[in-house]
Amino acid sequence: MMLYEHAAKEIFSRYSIPVPEGSLTTRADDAGAIAKKLGSVVVKAQVTAGGRGKAGGILTAATPDEAVRDAQRILGMSIKGLPVKKVLVEEYKKPDKEMYLGITIDRKARRPIIMASTEGGVDIEETARSTPEKIFRVHINPLAGLHEYQAREVAYFLGRESSAQIIDVVKKLYRVFTNNDCTLAEINPLAQTGGAIIALDAKMIIDDNALFRQQVEEEEEDTLSGLAKKHGMSYVALEGDIGCIINGAGLAMATLDMIKQYGGEPANFMDVRAGASEEQVKTALRIVSSNKNVKTILINIFGGLTKCDEVARAIIDVSPEIKVPFVVRLAGTNEKEGRAMLERLGITFASSTEEAARKVIELGHTYR
Amino acid sequence: MGILIDKNTRVLVQGITGREGSFQVKQMQEFGTNVVGGVTPGKGGSEVYGVSVFDSVAGAVDEVKPNASVIFVPPKFAADSIFESIDSEIGLIVCITEGVPEHDMMRVCAYLENSNSRLIGPNCPGLTTPGESKIGIMPNPIHREGNVGLVSRSGTLTYEIIDLLSKSGIGQSTSVGIGGDPLIGTSFEDILQLFEKDPMTHAVVLVGEIGGTAEQDSIEYIKQMDKPVIAYVVGVSAPPGKTMGHAGAIVSMGGGTALEKIHAFEKAGITVGRSPGDIVQKVKTIL
Repeated sequence: MMLYEHAAKEIFSRYSIPVPEGSLTTRADDAGAIAKKLGSVVVKAQVTAGGRGKAGGILTAATPDEAVRDAQRILGMSIKGLPVKKVLVEEYKKPDKEMYLGITIDRKARRPIIMASTEGGVDIEETARSTPEKIFRVHINPLAGLHEYQAREVAYFLGRESSAQIIDVVKKLYRVFTNNDCTLAEINPLAQTGGAIIALDAKMIIDDNALFRQQVEEEEEDTLSGLAKKHGMSYVALEGDIGCIINGAGLAMATLDMIKQYGGEPANFMDVRAGASEEQVKTALRIVSSNKNVKTILINIFGGLTKCDEVARAIIDVSPEIKVPFVVRLAGTNEKEGRAMLERLGITFASSTEEAARKVIELGHTYR
Repeated sequence: MGILIDKNTRVLVQGITGREGSFQVKQMQEFGTNVVGGVTPGKGGSEVYGVSVFDSVAGAVDEVKPNASVIFVPPKFAADSIFESIDSEIGLIVCITEGVPEHDMMRVCAYLENSNSRLIGPNCPGLTTPGESKIGIMPNPIHREGNVGLVSRSGTLTYEIIDLLSKSGIGQSTSVGIGGDPLIGTSFEDILQLFEKDPMTHAVVLVGEIGGTAEQDSIEYIKQMDKPVIAYVVGVSAPPGKTMGHAGAIVSMGGGTALEKIHAFEKAGITVGRSPGDIVQKVKTIL
């Protein structure tokens, strides 16, 4: 889960990583009052998406009136489909130098990696592609933790003049990273202003699997994905017209690929997970069929922990609510029982994923 | 033969009294697995399907001498269970649990480096050697004895491919699910090395998916192998930036797409299947 910038900065402050003074607001008028206190300000859209600056979601204001105007412009805009409901109004700090400092998980090395660059304020992926020599990397042994000399190496790479302050920030950011179960803790840019070092931006992504032990407020997502997640399933919206319900992520991806290979377009990815219960399958059916674009539905279950008769019961229960035809493939645990139950409904069956993909596309053609 | 497990493998079940743990004990017993004990702290002295339950792995080791362990405990306790098995020098640890925090897994992986244990998973279906033993949750009836080794990041997709192979008369030496998480104990390459040395295995099917570079990382080794490898990668239709069910299955920052993996395999001269049915056809041609 990605935190909002303001939430990440609150955590940074708790670890005494220097951040600009500022306040959060949902009302444009408040931006003026905050600016009156702080002087020149930056008004920053609070959304969990990158590219806010390019989208016009970060504006500077020299006066309170300008701050109000900026906030009016930003509040209500959408960045990458996310509506801006809050702005962070911060004192403006002119950077003399912008650097990059981030800690993430190196999947291949299976340990934390600190990355630092003298090129801050730009996309680190871009720097990695164009000038990889400008990125300094150091791996940390998670059992030993960050060593002093490693923090020193990072700081010397970034610039000797403020090295003592940078060492301090590196050590604190590593604590933020480990204590908060981050998969990413990033400062971009880490700025030098006058003699001071300050985090002008803050990005934290917290491992969803660790939310049970982290004190973060989860926002209820008002989307089909959010609803699926609440029921322990995984839904991703796509652009086609074939609704898909599958148990297991790999099989789900394979099914979607197959639909595409045969010339169809999936409307969604939906993994009801291994061991899905009757209730979960019912919810899945309701979620998938609530998408207006869906013209046909493909249910593909390879039962291991999931029992085919439970899936059949869910289909029987929900099918009166659903106006589009389905293709069902049931294999594995209690397959025969499940099929027998469904035969009465006159549902199209398939015996493999490939056959199911072909049949659901045919069904779409005849139905039109 | 096959790899990692056989009839003599003595399996300990961590989390044996849970709903899933106890259900799977029965399934494994029916398959022919030698389940010698279970662990649930606080439930020592009880029994599950005739299997003795212990309070700790060390306690079980003293009494029933397991050499493999399978973990069914909830995510927040999974790392602790793995550490406990490593400290008791259990040679093969299979973690079925989905949802283990990544920071826990980083510590586990670092700890494993200085141990005598191998970890498979987490978030995996385990492994099966038909006619010998099964550790994990793969459905019993789909397997058939034979000469194809299978290694996969997936669960149910693996079952589909095993099932199709078996129904086409192609048996398996061992099928291994290495897990769908970003951080896992055993890589594709680790398993490929074992298959290369296994006389029972004549060809290998590798099933990958989007996210990370685990598939590409195995290519250099596949090029040195004597045995043929057929690769299959799913998620061609996955949009970038979205996690497709498995925590590890995400195309991030333009990297880890299915096509880039498929192209890497093809460039290295490795056969790539386009669907489960196509894999079966290609295996038939090779054998």
